[in-house]
Amino acid sequence: MTREEIILAIKDIISTIAPDEDLAGLTEDKRLRDQIELDSMDFLDIVMELRKRYGVQVPEEEYGELASLTSCANYLLPKMADKELRVGV
Amino acid sequence: MPHYDTILIGAGMSGLAAGIRLAQFDQRVVVLERHYLWGGLNSFYKRGGRRFDVGLHALTNYASKGERGLPLTRMLRQLRIRHEELRLGEQRFSEIAFPDLRLRFSNEFELFESEVRRAFPGQMDGFARLVRDVREAEAFTPDDTNLGARAVLAAYFDEPLLIEALMLPMCYYGSARRDDIDWYQFIILFRSFFFEGFSRPEGGIQPLLELLRKRYVDLGGELRMRCGVEAILHANGKLTGVRLDDGTELTADRVLSSAGYVETMRLAGLEDTVQDAERGQLSFTEAIFVMDTEPAAHGHEAAVTFFNDAPDFRYRVPDGLIDTRSGVICSPNNYAASEPLPEGILRYTNLARFDAWDALEGADYERAKHKQVEAALAVATRYGMDPRPHEVFRDSFTPITVRRFTGHDQGAVYGSPVKRLDGATCIDGLHLMGTDQGMLGVIGAVLSGISMANRHALVPR
Repeated sequence: MTREEIILAIKDIISTIAPDEDLAGLTEDKRLRDQIELDSMDFLDIVMELRKRYGVQVPEEEYGELASLTSCANYLLPKMADKELRVGV
Repeated sequence: MPHYDTILIGAGMSGLAAGIRLAQFDQRVVVLERHYLWGGLNSFYKRGGRRFDVGLHALTNYASKGERGLPLTRMLRQLRIRHEELRLGEQRFSEIAFPDLRLRFSNEFELFESEVRRAFPGQMDGFARLVRDVREAEAFTPDDTNLGARAVLAAYFDEPLLIEALMLPMCYYGSARRDDIDWYQFIILFRSFFFEGFSRPEGGIQPLLELLRKRYVDLGGELRMRCGVEAILHANGKLTGVRLDDGTELTADRVLSSAGYVETMRLAGLEDTVQDAERGQLSFTEAIFVMDTEPAAHGHEAAVTFFNDAPDFRYRVPDGLIDTRSGVICSPNNYAASEPLPEGILRYTNLARFDAWDALEGADYERAKHKQVEAALAVATRYGMDPRPHEVFRDSFTPITVRRFTGHDQGAVYGSPVKRLDGATCIDGLHLMGTDQGMLGVIGAVLSGISMANRHALVPR
């Protein structure tokens, strides 16, 4: 997956977890929780979906790496470079 | 025998919600339920061709669709259920009633505030401070879980009747403590009543339970009914599995139990570690009347009426079978609905004494039930309508019924007075959820299952 695809993958996960949020206007380098309603339970779901869909493990002490779409891409790129994008699952 | 990631004891709200969370993330999970119906304390039964709800008076924590940051919204998101699927109808209003006081409240906080202002004009500074503090408190991570609300309220108000009027509904809807309620529980309930409000799922508790059950099973979760747990198995302080009533043993990485703290310790063979103060005592009777008329046609428009027929409120195990002085009257008719209910329903709840009911047998028990309903109505009808002239059917239950169907000792509806917010027990891999983890009401129970599943079964170690 490329950086762009990882961002798509994250957005797709967020749209599954929070179907009522509008993700079209998200700014990539701003914190997600400053732009849409996401609490710590929701971040757990992002982590669980990453594991379920891509087999990627994010340890609890590294949840902070998922704060913005940019930091997600930076953090996940080495873990997901060899994975295929799966959206709409 | 298969090995489970997680075994859930009890198919109540917390067990089903935890099951959904775990099945959603592909855990091998089973819910074990001794009874033949799911729902636990919030269940339903059929009698006389009708379906009756057991626990549900009102669904607290009302939130409209998309309303942010509220418990109901978080619950829906975690379970991936759409708001529309709940089909919630909002209450007309509810009320707190004393001999010379009536405070109405609805899902608009302004009504309650104006009612308090009308009745207690000199207490509004304290009321404003209370509202601000309740709004801002970190109730889910309290510093002191022992602190009682009665002592805290005395710092806001010098009018004892207002303190009693606030204690009455909070105790009835969630306290396991004699004459008091934990302050953090008071905060959570105050928000759920007055900031958020009451609603009712159309069709009552059964469609809501069916939504959870179906979602769980569709996700691949296993649900075993009439399948009681006889023992929780552990070795060297670590959980290994459970033994069922039929002797079968199931192994698992962990167990989340909604059986109650004392009951769970007993299943683990550790009842000798339980303190007397940890045993729940408070139980209730309830009389249910079906009528050939709507309560509102007779001026009974409240969804829920909390009444206390004296200036001071006592919330404790009564000396006799029931305490008629205070109680709750509720009517499912007094909520918005797409079509009105076919019949009028009124339910009357009173505090009751388990061991007094337990001492009665056969015909004596039935006679006592009938007599106590009449005694309860003698007082309750001062605060709500008398259903008897319009009665087409009646039923009632006692603490004995509660114990039989929920397995909770003493029929203790709100469980142990000592809550364990982290769900921990002395066994590694054995955790609590539901009433004794400390979350109250239907939404609280669901959130308890969700948060305990997240914390103990999903967050990677």
